[in-house]
Amino acid sequence: MSILGKVLTLCAVLAVSACTNATGYDDTNATNLNSGGIGEPGSASDPTSVAYFQQNVGDRILFAVDQSTLSDEGRTVLQGQADWLSTNTDYTAVIEGHADEQGTREYNLALGARRANAAREFLVSRGVAGSRLKVVSFGKERPIEICSDENCYAKNRRAVTILTGGLTG
Amino acid sequence: MMKVLASFLVGIVVLAVPVLAPPAFAQQGPLRIEITEGVIEPLPYAVPDFVPDSAAAADVGAQLARVIAADLSGTGLFREIPANAFISQISDFSAPVQYADWKAINAQALVAGAVNVSGSKLTVRFRIYDVFSGAELGNGLQFVGATDGWRRMAHKVADAVYSRITGEGGYFDSRVAFVSETGPKNDRRKRLAIMDYDGANVQYLTDSAALVLAPRFSPNGDRLLYTSYETGFPQIYVLDVGKVKRRVLDSPEGTMSFAPRFAPNGKTVVFSLSQGGNTDLYTLSIGSRKRHRLTSAPSIETAPSFSPDGQQIVFESDRSGTQQLYIMPAGGGEAQRISFGKGRYGTPVWSPRGDLIAFTKQNKGRFHIGVMRIDGSEERLLTASFLDEGPTWAPNGRVIMFTRESQGASGRASLYSVDITGRNLRPVRTPDGGSDPSWSPLQQ
Repeated sequence: MSILGKVLTLCAVLAVSACTNATGYDDTNATNLNSGGIGEPGSASDPTSVAYFQQNVGDRILFAVDQSTLSDEGRTVLQGQADWLSTNTDYTAVIEGHADEQGTREYNLALGARRANAAREFLVSRGVAGSRLKVVSFGKERPIEICSDENCYAKNRRAVTILTGGLTG
Repeated sequence: MMKVLASFLVGIVVLAVPVLAPPAFAQQGPLRIEITEGVIEPLPYAVPDFVPDSAAAADVGAQLARVIAADLSGTGLFREIPANAFISQISDFSAPVQYADWKAINAQALVAGAVNVSGSKLTVRFRIYDVFSGAELGNGLQFVGATDGWRRMAHKVADAVYSRITGEGGYFDSRVAFVSETGPKNDRRKRLAIMDYDGANVQYLTDSAALVLAPRFSPNGDRLLYTSYETGFPQIYVLDVGKVKRRVLDSPEGTMSFAPRFAPNGKTVVFSLSQGGNTDLYTLSIGSRKRHRLTSAPSIETAPSFSPDGQQIVFESDRSGTQQLYIMPAGGGEAQRISFGKGRYGTPVWSPRGDLIAFTKQNKGRFHIGVMRIDGSEERLLTASFLDEGPTWAPNGRVIMFTRESQGASGRASLYSVDITGRNLRPVRTPDGGSDPSWSPLQQ
């Protein structure tokens, strides 16, 4: 895969906002979604919806191998999450930490806990009440990509903010 | 399902009494395998169908012999001579053995037995012969139990044969708890299961509604510790194997618990608890529910395992920057690093004999199961693959079972065993995928 291809793949997973100019990725998708103003409640065009959060704010950040340090892109996404959570105060969240399959089961559980907690601490530092944020680690138990190479591993090393509550449940 | 399991466990009452027989002392003779020397040539033996005392016992007589042979040959230390090579037949358990006929086919050991079925009661008698010495090896034995426990009796016979010829404890009359896996990698369903060590008599202990990980037997095999996401968060549960009843061990708010193991006293559990992103080791007394913190460092401390005397704990930590193995006193305190080779070391498990630590090693993108002495010396890698992990010891400390996961989108987890010399790598039969084995002690 070309370097551009890799970057695009990465951006598809990262929040749209994090990738806008860096790669020439154009956010037609996001524009279209919002073009009709407030849309169907609960749909991605409703800025208070879970779907909007997932697609437009970005619900996940990625990590380097065996690391739990936040990347610049990760911080940008988390800042967006913090802003969104500050506006949409009906929601609470569980932050899931995940690892790729290159590691033993217990270690990966502990590593996932570090990753989830790194995301949580960032959100708290940006004003989100700690009482709204729980963490859980799934270690290597819940990969989203199933190939055994770095393309997949990179997407599996993640912390995902799962919203609960809110008007749409 | 619960009923079946309960009746199975209750139904097995096995008594061992010596069969009245002439030689009152065990004769070792030349019939001996030294396991530690890494046997190259397996010892040839014969195990004719056990002599039935009625037509009703004929099937079980043949089945007993097949299970005994599978146990012995499965070790890689013994080689069965097939029945079609036999010159003499064992048709009367009491008649003298024609040693010359067995010598002629080079059977160094002969296992001869008889079986009686009376209602739901099964009686198995057997003798082991050292063919080249022309004498019995030890006393004959008799086992009495329920007919549906016939496989256990076969394992007990095989344990006696193995034990008399190698001088080591047996391991065939044992069970394995594991995680049964179905579905693709991105939709893996896991449930707790238990089976005989050879893959027979599989019973499921949980459904697949909640993710479960890493069952661990209690020292006497009556309970299992495991990690479940029943609440959405990993917590440790303790399950009564006979009643298939479980309860959460401890679940402080805002924490995750995993990697539990029993202390040899069966009353204390050591485990990892994650809080605020940091994972440390704790012990918990099951009775008093009193928790005691063993480590407090910003590093990851996990995968603890007690020494058989309960005095020490081996665990993994990344306090040096990478995953390595350490030993500390059971109450906590200063830890000694024991792994110094290239790569990362995890999931240490203390041998039931106390002499070795089994571990998972990760180096240059490959995984290995290995063993080292408790001071870290004499490291020996037993396997190599894309992903091997999670060793568990056979009750005699001579064989290790572990998880092997294959590579790629269609990757699947299976159980394998290997002996501590690195020989006899074998898949362990499970109905679906299998991971996280925990080998029970020998059954009582």
